[in-house]
Amino acid sequence: MLKESLFRFPKSLKRTNFHYCPGCHHSLVHRILCEVIDELNLRERTIGIASIGCACFIYNYIDVDMVEAPHGRSCSAGTGIKRARPDLIVFTYQGDGDFAAIGLGDSLHAASRSERITAIMINNTVYGMTGGQASPTTVIGQKTTTTPFGRKPEEQGYPLKVVEILSNFEGVAYAARVAVNNPKRVMETKKAITKAFLAQLEDKGFAYVEVLSACPINWKMDPVSATKYVDKLTEIFPLGVFRETF
Amino acid sequence: MTNRVLIKGVEAVALGALEGGCDCYFGYPITPQNEIPEIMSVELPKRGGAFVQAESETSAINMVLGASAVGKRAMTSSSSPGISLMSEGFSYLIALELPCVIVNVMRGGPGLGGIEASQGDYFQAVKAPGHGDGRFLVLAPASCQEAYELTAKAFELADRYRNPVMILMDAILGQMKESTVLKKLNIKSITKDDWALTGAKGREARIIKSLFLDSAELAERNLKLKKKYEQMEKEVRFESILDGNEEVLVCAFGSMGRIAKESVLKLREKGYRVGYFRPITLFPFPKKALSSIFEKNNSLKQILVLELNCGQMVEDVMISVCGKAEVISKFYPPSVLPFPEDIEREIKKCLRKVYFVSPKV
Ligand code: SF4
Repeated sequence: MLKESLFRFPKSLKRTNFHYCPGCHHSLVHRILCEVIDELNLRERTIGIASIGCACFIYNYIDVDMVEAPHGRSCSAGTGIKRARPDLIVFTYQGDGDFAAIGLGDSLHAASRSERITAIMINNTVYGMTGGQASPTTVIGQKTTTTPFGRKPEEQGYPLKVVEILSNFEGVAYAARVAVNNPKRVMETKKAITKAFLAQLEDKGFAYVEVLSACPINWKMDPVSATKYVDKLTEIFPLGVFRETF
Repeated sequence: MTNRVLIKGVEAVALGALEGGCDCYFGYPITPQNEIPEIMSVELPKRGGAFVQAESETSAINMVLGASAVGKRAMTSSSSPGISLMSEGFSYLIALELPCVIVNVMRGGPGLGGIEASQGDYFQAVKAPGHGDGRFLVLAPASCQEAYELTAKAFELADRYRNPVMILMDAILGQMKESTVLKKLNIKSITKDDWALTGAKGREARIIKSLFLDSAELAERNLKLKKKYEQMEKEVRFESILDGNEEVLVCAFGSMGRIAKESVLKLREKGYRVGYFRPITLFPFPKKALSSIFEKNNSLKQILVLELNCGQMVEDVMISVCGKAEVISKFYPPSVLPFPEDIEREIKKCLRKVYFVSPKV
């Protein structure tokens, strides 16, 4: 009995190999997302939105109806779905480039309109899929392919802190920043994602979960060091629930 | 009792959309089409539909994408600069095979241009609404009545071909008032049960995507879309006035078509041998119809193409006529609106054959 519950394979997770790099946190977040969808029994009425980035293939892993949105437009596509069919459950799965750079307008306005959708942002401080360019969340001093000498405040400004912005929005029902680099944080992430779906189920407002994630390849680290480095990131991007209205 | 009303072209579009079963409208304000969102903001919620004023056109078109993906009849409307902003979304909608209706009430360009009537977005609508090889089915009304009927029909056509349909009109038609009969139209609903995202209940999960990294698969997708565009040939529509004795054929669409028609009718009354051809579908362009007119009529030697731009549709006319007649392009850039008398003069020049130029494009 105990064994079964420890190793249960989420129903919503397709039995296939992930294409992500070794040590990438995407697959872990996918699994948590699937567990939440299963536990809330949402699989048969959930529409996921695949955005542009490393996770654009998310539909190969998560066994729910999914549509692909152009780069940055997931929250707008999500708005369209939810307004057209309020009975469906909508989530977006976006990277920091998608949600917070090219899509910041779409994201903030969806939040401000209090769209009943759940947005998950994977913050790994780089553009992963295109090969490690700087993103709005690249931290000061961080070397990327487009900040080869490190991000300098006087040249590239400061990392964008999305959850802090969203925490001031009246339309936002839930906003949290979590990480998945140790078991305790994995549990907290699951709690946050659950809450972010409950915000939608209970018609409370826009819900946002930012997951600090490792991108070992573009951080030029091995998986273990990358996972440890997430701890350092939490000094710049503090974890916690920033807004909770219900 | 006929429901006859005096309404603007843009109002006819909004009422036509409601008649066509529009469920959702998403848009961003821009002159000269703001009456459409204004009407929709009142009418759609009453009918259980959705209206959202988006923060930009890019956002609006992606809301359309979302609503269409879950099987609803969705639309947006805008004017030239806003249409340019939607371009990426158009390409995705085509690639994802998501039906929707897009209304472009064209204004003068390029850039911010002006709000005068223009047909400057012909190429954009007909040739390349977005990146890649995609096409829209493009309908160009020339009266408020036609704007009402074609907009309603556009929803059925979009669903039938699982492709966006564009209503391409201009500020004259958009803002002029005409007597319009709000007929009940027999707009068919087409099942979306086989593809729409409704939640994976009792079936496998569905994926609507446009990313195909396998080159053979991508090529196949493109060929599939091309085939669809070929099937759209069935939808070709045009208006013509011909009796087989014409020497000159006048070709124009939309508002320009209205002005030209008046000139042609006046001249025909006086015995001039001039005919009239107004494409209503701009894509697919009525190529075969136009070409067969020249095959059947030996006296027909010239085609005068009139446009409110610097010469765009004339290229499609040249392809259609394919050397069977001399193609003369007379164009009027934004804010230069000809009177029927101006057009009469142009037609007479053709008839006298004193005016000989190859298309100035
Ligand atoms: S590039 Fe980074 S984010 Fe993308 S799959 Fe690899 S490790 Fe993950």
